[in-house]
Amino acid sequence: MTAEVRRDQQSIQSVTDGVLLEVRNLKKYFPIKTGLLQKTTGYIRAVDGISFYVKKGETLGIVGESGCGKSTAGRTIIRLYEPTEGQIIFKGKDISRLPENRLRQQIRRDIQMIFQDPYASLNPRKTVEKVLKEPLKTHRYFKMKSEYQDRVDELLTLVGLDPSYKNRYPHEFSGGQRQRIGIARALALNPDLIIADEAVSALDVSIQAQIINLLQDLQARFQLTYLFISHDLSVVRHISDRVVVLYLGRLMEWAAKEDLFNQPLHPYTQALLSAVPVIRRKDEQIRERIVLQGDLPSPADPPTGCVFHTRCPMAMDICRKQVPHPKAYRPGHFVACHLYD
Amino acid sequence: MAGPERLTKTVPGNEGIKQKRETMFRITLRKFMRNKLAVAGAVVIFIVVLAAIFAPWLAPYDPGHQYLLDKLAKPGGKYPLGTDMLGRDTLSRLLYGARVSLLVGFVSVAGIIFIGTIIGAIAGYFGGIIDALLMRFVDVVISVPSLFLLITLVTIFQPSLTTLIIVFALFSWPGTARIIRGEFLSLRSREFVLAARTMGVRSSKIIFSHILPNVMGPIIVTATLQMGYVILAESALSYFGLGVQPPTPSWGNMLQDAQNITIMISAWWYPLFPGLMILLTVLSFNFVGDGLRDAFDPKSIE
Ligand SMILES: Nc1ncnc2c1ncn2[C@@H]1O[C@H](COP(=O)(O)OP(=O)(O)OP(=O)(O)O)[C@@H](O)[C@H]1O
Ligand SMILES: [Mg+2]
Repeated sequence: MTAEVRRDQQSIQSVTDGVLLEVRNLKKYFPIKTGLLQKTTGYIRAVDGISFYVKKGETLGIVGESGCGKSTAGRTIIRLYEPTEGQIIFKGKDISRLPENRLRQQIRRDIQMIFQDPYASLNPRKTVEKVLKEPLKTHRYFKMKSEYQDRVDELLTLVGLDPSYKNRYPHEFSGGQRQRIGIARALALNPDLIIADEAVSALDVSIQAQIINLLQDLQARFQLTYLFISHDLSVVRHISDRVVVLYLGRLMEWAAKEDLFNQPLHPYTQALLSAVPVIRRKDEQIRERIVLQGDLPSPADPPTGCVFHTRCPMAMDICRKQVPHPKAYRPGHFVACHLYD
Repeated sequence: MAGPERLTKTVPGNEGIKQKRETMFRITLRKFMRNKLAVAGAVVIFIVVLAAIFAPWLAPYDPGHQYLLDKLAKPGGKYPLGTDMLGRDTLSRLLYGARVSLLVGFVSVAGIIFIGTIIGAIAGYFGGIIDALLMRFVDVVISVPSLFLLITLVTIFQPSLTTLIIVFALFSWPGTARIIRGEFLSLRSREFVLAARTMGVRSSKIIFSHILPNVMGPIIVTATLQMGYVILAESALSYFGLGVQPPTPSWGNMLQDAQNITIMISAWWYPLFPGLMILLTVLSFNFVGDGLRDAFDPKSIE
């Protein structure tokens, strides 16, 4: 490890005030099993050593093409998946190795998730009331029965649904309404961090806007911190304070939203942004549309050196040989690219 | 803090909630009712069940009593469905035989579903090495030629109702286990299950309160189809003298008496009625099973 890299990693760690979640060198490999005996013959490196942090009250967007490991990262952070390596530091404690019973005491209340598919994320056999009571009862949130009732009504009101619908089943609601129920469920335990994995991707554009506004209202009201995972750059641009760009399980760039969208440094980020038809502000430079060559390499057999070099229009010799580590190009703007060595 | 009324109005979340409510059960029932064969099957099963329950009141004669003067009596007159070669009333024996067939069917299937569901649920939900081990065990049980095994076991132990039921339950569950495992495997990565896990709900609660209710459809369908299979197998074994033992009447052992070709020709009613009951009942269970499968299938919309 070069001295430079070490300094940069330190600079990430030193900014700890107000940090709610920090991820250090997180890896999640899925074993590939073949044959009759299910022998492990290789690994899908879905997440391959990413580091970033989220400050309390902010929204961190995670973007990248399909299959780059966004969902895996989110699910590993909330400990639905066992991390292969690395640390997940939540409220100052490393939760990456905690067994399930400790997780239940320590984070299952404080970190919640909003899912992509509003049809699959609610149990079709449970009424809205049961759906919303489950997290509360699991953690014995209240003592009295009436308190549970009141909380259900309160939650429905919070997400803009009429409490009188609580005895209905999910199939009686539209996609947007179901997503509201999913949000209410995530709010039930008053969490600190909400991981939203493509929370609006399955919805109509007009409904997307409503849900995003709702998420922003709730954030302001309850000082929520969001990890907002999406492949949709315009949505991420709207909601995020800072953005992490992933490619093939690695972090390419990480910056404040304005910096990232106004002056993307990484060739991959530039290519991603050039593909979005967004209304550009005056101060933005007009970018040529960069079309990436070739296909996304397999995460089971990632390229050597910089994983992006096979498709990078600017690839140099060093990119094939040496892995670029994220370095601060300017305060708070990190890029993993040899162009900025 | 904003009042609830204001919030409800400003956030347009309540539009278009269906006012007409239809429960899951009604939707399923409606789909089932459209399948005429399945409905007919259900009616037949209903009648057979009633007949079995009320056999003592419905039967005109004691099923075991031999009216020696009326051997092989023709249907009609004193004996609505005739008598056998010992002079026993066929109708009464059919009614009591229904009891035996349904009893063996229900108890065996309860055992099959119990074992199959537990093994399938554990394998499918936990996956990994547990799944691999349990599924190899399933393969072993499946590869045992069950009919030969049944015959062997029944020969070793005394053929009796209990032996029959135990053998059916212990060796017919693998199919059910595989189906339930498949359901659990696909449901365990569904987002509502992941949501429950992120909230800290325990595995046992997830299995019983989240996944199992969503697998009731497949369980009921398999149970119904298994009923048909068990009743058929029971009849076959009884026909070979390895199942229900005379004098207890069963549809299978009633056929056994009629193996004789002269009887088959001269007293056609004797094998006809038990054969017809087996055919009708087994077919009905299969029709109902197929109908339920379609009715539970969320993809066969409306
Ligand atoms: N449970 C799993 N087992 C094995 N491989 C997996 C699993 N989950 C994800 N993967 C693989 O890991 C890689 C990253 O997947 P992931 O779902 O995290 O990507 P994503 O960025 O969320 O993509 P999308 O935008 O399509 O949701 C993919 O190659 C995927 O096939
Ligand atoms: Mg995803």
